Amino acid sequence: MAEPLLQVQGLGRRFDISRPWLNRVLERQDRQFLTAVADVDFTINRGETYALVGESGSGKSTIAKMVVGLLPPTSGRIVFDGQVMAGTEGASMRALRRRFQMIFQDPFASLNPRWRVGEIIAEPIHRFGLLRGSAVTNRVGELLETVGLSAQDAEKYPHEFSGGQRQRIAIARALSSKPEFIVCDEPTSALDVSVQAQILNLMRDLQDELGLTYLFISHDLSVVRHMANRIGVLYLGRLVEEAEGKALFRAAHHPYTRMLLDAVPDLALSGRRRQPVEGEIPNPIDPPPGCSFHPRCPLVMDRCRTGTPPVIATQTGRAACHALTLAADV
Amino acid sequence: MNRIARAWDSDIAWSFRHSPVAVVAAVVSLGMILAAILAPWIAPHDPFNPASLNLMDGFTPPGQPNAFTGNSYLLGTDDQGRDILSTILYGTRISLFVGLSAVLFAMVLGISLGLLAGWKGGWVDSLLMRIADVQLTFPAILIALLIFGVARGFIPPGSREQMAIWVLIISIGLSEWVNYARVVRGAAMVEKNKEYVQAARVIGVHPVRIVARHILPNVMGPVLVIATIGLALAIIAEATLSFLGVGVPATQPSLGTMIRIGQKFLFSGEWWILLFPALTLLALALSVNLLGDWLRDALNPRLR
Repeated sequence: MAEPLLQVQGLGRRFDISRPWLNRVLERQDRQFLTAVADVDFTINRGETYALVGESGSGKSTIAKMVVGLLPPTSGRIVFDGQVMAGTEGASMRALRRRFQMIFQDPFASLNPRWRVGEIIAEPIHRFGLLRGSAVTNRVGELLETVGLSAQDAEKYPHEFSGGQRQRIAIARALSSKPEFIVCDEPTSALDVSVQAQILNLMRDLQDELGLTYLFISHDLSVVRHMANRIGVLYLGRLVEEAEGKALFRAAHHPYTRMLLDAVPDLALSGRRRQPVEGEIPNPIDPPPGCSFHPRCPLVMDRCRTGTPPVIATQTGRAACHALTLAADV
Repeated sequence: MNRIARAWDSDIAWSFRHSPVAVVAAVVSLGMILAAILAPWIAPHDPFNPASLNLMDGFTPPGQPNAFTGNSYLLGTDDQGRDILSTILYGTRISLFVGLSAVLFAMVLGISLGLLAGWKGGWVDSLLMRIADVQLTFPAILIALLIFGVARGFIPPGSREQMAIWVLIISIGLSEWVNYARVVRGAAMVEKNKEYVQAARVIGVHPVRIVARHILPNVMGPVLVIATIGLALAIIAEATLSFLGVGVPATQPSLGTMIRIGQKFLFSGEWWILLFPALTLLALALSVNLLGDWLRDALNPRLR
């Protein structure tokens, strides 16, 4: 069962945010870099849903873009079904590209407003030369029905649909090249709460039906709880904890994960004491030394300010925290 | 049929029907374009055929019979005895041809360079936009004069007359491309970061195809507006150049050439030689410009 489909090893991405060369020379500034993602490792097994959670600026979307090849990594590598992705070009990349797809956050920006829905969905089919002629039209109609729309909708333009319907169209497009792996970058965060559940259920049904593997990016823990088999928690571009889906909610190990879980609104009104998320994510241009979470951490110790914490195994997965290392040593 | 009904119901059509200025401007410009196209069939005389011209007919006032020959012309004749009405019809034809061709040339050049700058970014963008900035510091007419002068130097004297019109088109086009390039570049930079472009990149669509099929259709709205206003500008630029004597040769008079010829006789009493071509140019430029203004407002979501 646990056959790895996607392996991410030591993945890192640095952005050059320096001023233009002339300004740097005149104002005597050095080059500036922003480290969006540093040293991230994870493996996604075939058929599972792996979720990445974190606040804004934690590097979730950057990882998503690197996985689908929109952005080249500055370090590390991405292995898809045994093939290293970065640097691969030509026919083998084309064959790889057919096997993964992406669903975007904003369904109002992810569909070309000048194209008919049918053309939008058929684009990957044409690109990979999967079908031709009337077979394309039939396949598009089939896909529209799969996602809960009607085959006649292919003639319409995106502006004739609501946000939830547009996201269904985006899903149909993602499915049209018959991919095995889909990266979902906050697919429901732009939708009404009532529509979110429908889209999530559709995605789960499709997963069961087609055996899809998802990399699911979200900042919404309740959505992640509904979807994920395994969860990775990102903080400032680093993976601070990884655990089995349900276990993470039962027993979080890293103090940041606990802080995030505490912040989830308590609809049951159980009256449990909640610790609010304090502070803000630091500036990634000038991250704090040592463990980047230490300025906000309730368990902060001296060694947190100097050394990057090692990744250790927990009962539910793995985590990177000096306090946990210390507890394990004792 | 369905398509026509849908077009009739669209926002643009609604806005058009409810703007009397736009309707009048459209009728006037369409009428003039039609008259210009049909000039060889509807013009009462052929002003380019020397055999049909009679110098005795010169300076006939509008609507009155000539003192020597008794011939009567609706808008009078010029110093050579050419019928003003026919010359205006043919002149509008040349003015419109030069204007449309110049706009088309400026559009193709401006859109291509704008898309290139917007899509590539970096030094390509910097280089193209600095060239555009430098060019914008000169008046467009000066640029056109310069290019016209330089280009004439390369053309052998024998073929200058036939080439003049093409040189004119290229000069005006080169002086106007910046407007298109800047707008297209800005719009392309916005569009290229939208998720539908990323969706195409994920499946590895070729960049040229992405720019042509995804980005281009989404930047054409503002380009259409500039092109309409640019047409009026190009017609005026052609008239200005011809008025200054560097445009189309006198054997193929455009509206600007006619105005140049006419202004020589304005103070000796033959006012019609200047007035009618000038009014025609005014009506043409104004109606096209008003149409452009309306289109700009109609396509601007903030003004709806």
